[in-house]
Amino acid sequence: MTKGGHALSDQDSANAYWKANLRLITWSLVVWALASFGFGILLRPLISGIAFGGTDLGFWFAQQGSIIVFLILIFNYAWRMNKLDAEHGVEE
Amino acid sequence: MDQTTLNIIVVGLSFALYFGIAILARAGSTAEFYAAGRGVNPVINGMATAADWMSAASFISMAGLIAFVGYNNSTFLMGWTGGYVLMAMLLAPYLRKFGKYTVPEFVGDRFYSNTARVVAVVALIVMSVTYVIGQMAGAGVAFSRFLEVDNTTGLLIASAVVFVYAVLGGMKGITYTQVAQYCVLIVAYTIPAIFISLQLTGQFLPQIGLFSEHAASGQYLLVTLDGLLTDLGFTAYTTGSSPWLMALFTLSLMIGTAGLPHVIIRFFTVPRVADARWSAGWALVFIALLYLTAPAVGAMARLNIMTTMWPQGVQGEAVAVEDLPDWFETWRVTGLLGVEDKNGDGKIQYYNDKSEAMTALAAERGWAGNELVTFNRDILVLANPEIAGLPGWVIALIAAGGIAAALSTAAGLLLAISSAISHDLIKSTINPGISEKGELLAARISMSVAIVVATYLGLNPPGFAAQVVALAFGLAAASLFPTLMMGIFSKRINSAGATAGMLAGLISTTLYLFLYLGWFFIPGTNMLTPDQYLFGIPPTHFGPIGALLNFGAAYLVSSMTAEPPQEIQDLVESVRIPRGAGAATGH
Repeated sequence: MTKGGHALSDQDSANAYWKANLRLITWSLVVWALASFGFGILLRPLISGIAFGGTDLGFWFAQQGSIIVFLILIFNYAWRMNKLDAEHGVEE
Repeated sequence: MDQTTLNIIVVGLSFALYFGIAILARAGSTAEFYAAGRGVNPVINGMATAADWMSAASFISMAGLIAFVGYNNSTFLMGWTGGYVLMAMLLAPYLRKFGKYTVPEFVGDRFYSNTARVVAVVALIVMSVTYVIGQMAGAGVAFSRFLEVDNTTGLLIASAVVFVYAVLGGMKGITYTQVAQYCVLIVAYTIPAIFISLQLTGQFLPQIGLFSEHAASGQYLLVTLDGLLTDLGFTAYTTGSSPWLMALFTLSLMIGTAGLPHVIIRFFTVPRVADARWSAGWALVFIALLYLTAPAVGAMARLNIMTTMWPQGVQGEAVAVEDLPDWFETWRVTGLLGVEDKNGDGKIQYYNDKSEAMTALAAERGWAGNELVTFNRDILVLANPEIAGLPGWVIALIAAGGIAAALSTAAGLLLAISSAISHDLIKSTINPGISEKGELLAARISMSVAIVVATYLGLNPPGFAAQVVALAFGLAAASLFPTLMMGIFSKRINSAGATAGMLAGLISTTLYLFLYLGWFFIPGTNMLTPDQYLFGIPPTHFGPIGALLNFGAAYLVSSMTAEPPQEIQDLVESVRIPRGAGAATGH
């Protein structure tokens, strides 16, 4: 994959690190979209049967749930990436 | 002591605090002026980012926007927070690793082109200047309303305060004043919300109160609210319409938020890449404290208005003119609230007279139209303490909070503008040989000029202030966000591609706004009308389309031209890993 033989393992490790980052971002953004555009807006009719505090779960997602999901996603990303940095030896 | 004196004392104390911080946190170098010496703790930076981001619009207007529309305006809640997920994963850590001072600087270096850098500077200045006009005007209004000075004096005081700590302290001074401003604004916002929640639902936390039982009716608060609204011909609070447009507008706000340069540069102030990741999370924690309270404030304030106007319920008599609460009179004199007893029965009927379903009922009960003729939505937050019957110092705190929200955002924007001028135009383009001392002086002069221009525009606001905010978000979404993201996630996008992309995003977005809202927003010069929207998309929702055009043009032009040189591809490799970011600290 790399040009020239030198630091082959470093390059492989860097590629693996970047792939792992992209995978984590992709999954995070799937959840991000599902909580906001999904349950909060477009899929709200599908879950309208689930009652929540005088309204339905979709309303809760639109006004509170999505923000809580965003928070979990960012902290999860920071925690997993900081661990990944150490595993691939690219931490500061 | 009267209310105005109390307001002056509380606001004066908050200013004394900001000045104290400014003196302690003077900037001695360009690293301190642009990036607070990169020594800011991630939690502290999160707090400063929250104040930087939450403007007068978030503090004063958002709860009202939700209160009078209900579910459909959840777009603001999701859009203005969801952008942080994009920023945390797609931009902030890598730009911190890059380790320079401004957003256009990354564009210029990554795309090895001064043209790209200058296009980025232009985009940054247009969006930041339009944004700052609203902040200065907001600060002026807050001053005039609470301190009983006229608008001009209020605005001049606000500019003078910003001048002292922003010119003296640069990013370093701004950071620590923003922390203080955050504390002021969040306390001011939460205290009335807690009391209103306790009164209506017995719940201490408004976030829980929103989904709890309404003590007076024994039903869920939202059920009661929906019932009252539909009985009076209004749309139910919890129902929505046009889901696809809602989703598009939410996406537009999200991408726009992630692309705002004054927020992005806040992440340049933390010591390490790992800190930039944590800091984005903390920023959202502090933002969420207000954003999770706002929908509760909105719904509860709306319910309070309904029960004030219909004390015996919708079937009973409307409120009599002499029984209107005191806060009605306080706000009636400002012209933001108005009643008119059209049928002369001495009572004020509040209902939706535009609803055809109400015509028969109105005729039967002798109503001659809606008599709560004016209700400015901004009153909601400002009058909250009076509605909840809270003491005078809470009202004074709201005054200080509104001013803090406007000033903190204005300072952040002014720094983004001045650093783009002194660093990207003067240091990188016009006079590369400038000394460190010379650049620091240039930064301070740029800041002063930016404040003078912002003050002038605040005093003479262009008549299109509301549309201009849409322009700022649309431009951020269509120009900077896609270009920054491609600069990190693609090694193939080259200078021609990035420049073409930015121009495609900028021009298409501006053109779409101008075609429907008038050239330079001058009324009557629009060439197309709302029924001619392309695929039914309103101009305020255009951001994601502009971004898509940016991505498309950049990809197309790049694939037809040579790939970026090896050192640029190495640069992309290096921003992708955290190791080595510390080395940039001392530069």
